[in-house]
Amino acid sequence: MKSEYKILILAFLLATITLLQTSLSARDIIVDKNGNVNSIKKGLRLCQIGDRLIVKKGYYKERDIEINKSVQIIGEDFPVVDAQFKSGLFHIRADGVRIEGLVIKNSAMSFVSEYAGIKIDSAKNCIIKGNKILYNYFGIYIAFGADCIIDSNTIVGRTSKSETTSGNGVHLWYSKNITIINNKISKQRDGIYLEFSENSTIENNISEDNLRYGLHFMFSHRCVYKRNIFRRNVGGVAVMYTKFIHMYNNKFENNWGPASYGLLLKDINDSEIKFNLFHENSTGIYLENSMRVKLEKNNFIDNGWALKIRSNSMDNDFTDNNFIDNTFDVSTGSKHNFNTFRKNYWSKYSGYDLNHDGYGDVPYKPVGLFSAIVENNSPAMILLRSLFIQILEVAEKVVPAITPVKLEDVQPLMRRVK
Amino acid sequence: MIRIEGLNKSFGKLHVLKNINLEIEKGKITAIIGPNGSGKTTLIKIILGLMKPDSGKIFVDNKDISKEVEYKNHIGSMPQIARFPENLRVVELINMLNDLRAGKNGVDKELFDSYNLNNELNKMMRTLSGGTRQRVNAALAFMFQPDILILDEPTAGLDPISSSKLKDKILKEQKKEKTVIITSHIMSDIEELAENLIFILEGKIIYNGTVKGLIEDKGKINLERTIASLMESNGK
Amino acid sequence: MNTILKIIKYELRDVIRSKWILIYFAFLFLITEGMFQFSGSSSKVLLSMINIVLILIPIITISYGIIYMYSSREFTEMLLAQPIKRKTLYTGLYSGLALPLSLAYLGGVGIPFIIHGVDESGQFTVLLILLMSGVALSFVFTSLAVLISLSSDDKVKGLGIGIFVWLFMAVVYDGALLFGSYLLSEYPLEKPMLGMTMLNPIDLARVLLMLKFDMSALMGYTGAVFKKFFGSPYGMLLSSGMLMLWIIVPYLIGKRIFVRKDF
Repeated sequence: MKSEYKILILAFLLATITLLQTSLSARDIIVDKNGNVNSIKKGLRLCQIGDRLIVKKGYYKERDIEINKSVQIIGEDFPVVDAQFKSGLFHIRADGVRIEGLVIKNSAMSFVSEYAGIKIDSAKNCIIKGNKILYNYFGIYIAFGADCIIDSNTIVGRTSKSETTSGNGVHLWYSKNITIINNKISKQRDGIYLEFSENSTIENNISEDNLRYGLHFMFSHRCVYKRNIFRRNVGGVAVMYTKFIHMYNNKFENNWGPASYGLLLKDINDSEIKFNLFHENSTGIYLENSMRVKLEKNNFIDNGWALKIRSNSMDNDFTDNNFIDNTFDVSTGSKHNFNTFRKNYWSKYSGYDLNHDGYGDVPYKPVGLFSAIVENNSPAMILLRSLFIQILEVAEKVVPAITPVKLEDVQPLMRRVK
Repeated sequence: MIRIEGLNKSFGKLHVLKNINLEIEKGKITAIIGPNGSGKTTLIKIILGLMKPDSGKIFVDNKDISKEVEYKNHIGSMPQIARFPENLRVVELINMLNDLRAGKNGVDKELFDSYNLNNELNKMMRTLSGGTRQRVNAALAFMFQPDILILDEPTAGLDPISSSKLKDKILKEQKKEKTVIITSHIMSDIEELAENLIFILEGKIIYNGTVKGLIEDKGKINLERTIASLMESNGK
Repeated sequence: MNTILKIIKYELRDVIRSKWILIYFAFLFLITEGMFQFSGSSSKVLLSMINIVLILIPIITISYGIIYMYSSREFTEMLLAQPIKRKTLYTGLYSGLALPLSLAYLGGVGIPFIIHGVDESGQFTVLLILLMSGVALSFVFTSLAVLISLSSDDKVKGLGIGIFVWLFMAVVYDGALLFGSYLLSEYPLEKPMLGMTMLNPIDLARVLLMLKFDMSALMGYTGAVFKKFFGSPYGMLLSSGMLMLWIIVPYLIGKRIFVRKDF
């Protein structure tokens, strides 16, 4: 027992000394336009593992910068690295690389290569922090990476109008344990894209004005999305074929368009969506073939449709949400319902609470006749709020013929959930 | 002077006034008579601008009334049935009319005072009795000192005292060289007041001349009998 | 101009004395104030006001307007015997009716909002649009009421026509549109539907309100024509313009009739 202890302490000491030695022996190499080392590539050739490459302010026309050893590249006063649309910029193939404080711009568009501002290929523990990654095809591209941190970068794509000539802001492919935090991403194809990437955390980012989705992931299980803002993206946010997602405190705003969703859930199972705000989206959440998703304490305010639920979505649970001033609360496109609504607040609810238990005494039916009409006769939309439509709605409430009878909240809240 | 030239008016198929030509003398009292539906009131309403003729022209003091409204400043009218804005007080009505008319001549309250209407000044029109309404109606016609008075059945609905006061007033105004047009079913009133007579039957003028001349011409003892014989000879 | 103001002044006195306009004001005030008391949030009140604007204003304005026009026949006739041009008199009569109706609406709905305020500043423009479209509809249906009452001397018939016109514009028209859209669903219907909507004043006001309340839903619609119409100032401008025409055209037709009418 005791000897094991000693060995452990010895090992710890040895490790500390080794670390100390490397940091002590680590050098700073200065890259300066007017100095001996006047390019990043030149600097990198001089670097050894653990060295810091300090890049002074200046304009560096460089591209295809391969980083094969664990170094730090630190920019002073935002030096500019410009690939002049010829190919990619930084290509990290070593673990523990840090890139900070650079302006990285103008990687080329290509249909065969993923030219990126920073590409991390099969590397771990990399940190990309505080860079301005501008007008690139892909902003940051991570393939087979792990344990990396993407922190406080500004990523702006080209103002291209086409999805195909624009790459994603942050693109994860077969990666895990990636933390994407405090970034601001705009005008890319997808702001943040994950495919086959698991156990990652996406937190406190702003993803807006992207050509497709603010956030897009497929087959990326067990990820957490917190406190992000997704707004004015052409397609909103789309998440597909994934289990065990946790989405908390995000804002989905101003995603307007016929195929634009605050949040599109397709084949999403066993996930939790809580405390999010869906504000002024054409559709707040669109659920297709999704099951056992718990939606709690979300705010749906001023959306066209708060929820569109396809009938192949089942056992989803909507509790304690606020549905406020949406044109339509729920649309189903079918007479069937296999989801549960309870204890939500509906601003359209006009019932009463005689026993003062806080719940309305009459169930609320969130699916109106008109939303069903518009479903298969879309030009009828122009009749929204017409007296004629209101008369039809009342008739349908009394004798339901088209809307799902079972879709109702039997305990509608009288006051909104705080 | 009022001159009417080729006046025609129809209501649908009903031809009410048929090519009327006449002159109404200045400074005289002219009576227009005729049975119900003969077109008297229509003629008066056209002169007052309440109705529009189908064809023909009317000149008041040589001015074509279809072109302007200023001539109404010189006309005081008493409609057959007094129709007032019911939610106005008497005083407000007077003020309103005074306000809307370019009342250069000042206000003549003689008839108003003799009818003791000062006590009614603050009453709403809708609360007035039928007789009082008619007295207000009469007093208003004279109120703004018009040069021309058009009185449609003025004595109908008035008690004998009020009626006498009105007739005195009419004669008094005529002495001031005012032109008066009057319609009435009461022939004695006309005999008492009017100098000239226009007799209309089915939209046509049957007689246009002096009252005296007509009675003498027909050799009857009074106007009523004269008119009766005139109507008989016209197949009525 | 001076004469018009005088006519409005006396007519206004008559209208206010008749008390109906005050009842209308009180009614709107109580409804709006009541909604504030019960729902507590200005956004909910604004939403409920859509129905006041689209349903109540047209029916009340047209029926009150017609009844008033018939009952003020004496006033009109008395004024006609005065040295006033018919055109002037018409403008005065029209304004004397449209203005108090609009003011009763503005006051009845506006005062509770002044008392309670709006929850967020963005709602201020919504309130403004609501007030403006309410006033516009008051003017439209005053125009129609005047026109109807001048076209028929029979009071009962006039009122009947007025209620029919309201029912047609508020309910039947939209019902026919919906029915038609189902019948012709194989054809591209966006343009015709939009065109038809532009021909009904209640629908026009409704479209203006939709632009404020339902933008998110409208943008979720697939059609390019709708998108262009609702997504640009074009929709707002065209709807407002058409609504103005609905005020002006019946007003002018009414004026034409009034100038030639026998009283």
